[in-house]
Amino acid sequence: MAIRERLSGNEAVAYAIKQVNPDVMPAFPITPSTEIPQYVANYIANGEIDTEFIHVESEHSAMSATIGASAAGARAITATSSCGMALMWEELYVAASNRLPIVLALVNRALSGPININADHSDSMGARDTGWIQIYAESNQEVYDNFIQAFPIAEDRRVHLPVMVCQDGFITSHGVENILLVEDDKVKGFVGEYQPEHYLLHPEEKMALGPYAVSNYYMETKRAQRQAMIQAREVILETAARFEEMTGRKYGFFEEYCMEDAEYAVVIIGSAAGTCKAAIDEIRNTTGAKVGLIKIRVFRPFPEEEIAKALSGVKAVAIMDRSEMFSATSGPLGAEVRAALYQAHSSVEAVNYFYGLGGRDITVSDFKTVYGNLETIAQTHVVTGMYEYIGLRSEQSKEV
Amino acid sequence: MANEKIYDRINEQSPWQDITEGNKIFEAATSKDFCTGEWRTATPVWDKDKCKQCLLCTPVCPDSSIPVTAGKREAFDYDHCKGCGICAKVCPFGAIGMREGK
Repeated sequence: MAIRERLSGNEAVAYAIKQVNPDVMPAFPITPSTEIPQYVANYIANGEIDTEFIHVESEHSAMSATIGASAAGARAITATSSCGMALMWEELYVAASNRLPIVLALVNRALSGPININADHSDSMGARDTGWIQIYAESNQEVYDNFIQAFPIAEDRRVHLPVMVCQDGFITSHGVENILLVEDDKVKGFVGEYQPEHYLLHPEEKMALGPYAVSNYYMETKRAQRQAMIQAREVILETAARFEEMTGRKYGFFEEYCMEDAEYAVVIIGSAAGTCKAAIDEIRNTTGAKVGLIKIRVFRPFPEEEIAKALSGVKAVAIMDRSEMFSATSGPLGAEVRAALYQAHSSVEAVNYFYGLGGRDITVSDFKTVYGNLETIAQTHVVTGMYEYIGLRSEQSKEV
Repeated sequence: MANEKIYDRINEQSPWQDITEGNKIFEAATSKDFCTGEWRTATPVWDKDKCKQCLLCTPVCPDSSIPVTAGKREAFDYDHCKGCGICAKVCPFGAIGMREGK
């Protein structure tokens, strides 16, 4: 039987780390992910796990040490947030291109400036092109489940890519929720013993990793790396199926909520999906408008065809971004979802909103406004308020 | 297989499918096979008659391209000499001159 508990998102990730008992965890504290290495350090100090914790002087060193440990043949993890991950920048690319199955617990937080410690996705969205698999969570339960699934995905021979397991800073990382934990032996069985094939400390094999590659080799190397990301798709789904067998909890590239007959849809990532679901329930119980939600779980690799298919029956969609990318047009999710729709020759009306930057609250009422806008757009076929900010103060009475 | 070199299997004609994961190289000392001497635009020339075998040139060479056997320097390793000219500068006897080009 599963273990009933109540844990914060950070506690849930730390608990998963305890159950996996990885070989090495170099980490440097940064709000709001600090608790994760803190709890792990406690587990180590109490003799509950034998993970080698490396105290480093910066996040640049944290990711460097994680890469070194992983290349040496260890199951290596770390945790960070925001500017901490920004300081890992160069190393994120190295980890992915060296094909190291590192797992990173990322607690999403806004990037500077202005300096801000609250949730948005600017840190991980900025790292969307680094070659890491990115998995996002709505709840504490999901981040725990995703974290356990990250190891078999990263370590699969068809993949060998690092995985970033993301959750929204403070909203889930510090919010305590009921949670179902998987028994220790089941988790250990699910992730298995880490048995790398090639590693630097192999006593019988001479190996060099991460050599200089001239332009005659660089492009072929990148194409091979792309193949790993393509193959990650099947591995993510296989791992989810195996996880469902163990727990009964179902995962895919994204969750569809009330999408069977939906005419108006929101596409969103992370904890705000919960608020959107509450709005959907209210709308369906009152006006009866056919509203639905697609909550992205896997952003890298991006499930382009699947999203277009899931949106094929709707009249209008609002793609909601919790980070800017200052293209002066769309946000990162808006750009990718609209590209998917274009490729599928979709005629759905699409609008792209920004919300929740730097921890700005988004409410059930905000989502009702969004769905109201979608009804208008579907009727008029005029997309007003493209690229607007939800909940923004403005001299104009109503931005959206 | 023992004498097979990495570039027998992976070279500038290899398709992307043959590239090892993360460019892993399963062989030691492969940097020797990379002829960095091709980058040279000036070439040191050793005048054996002027050379007193003082060996001041050998330790200053950044590319280990002045081999020494039995206490005596030998001819330049032009496969790896990048033509920096430090050896010519350090030689007290004018026994190393620099020639333009490879």
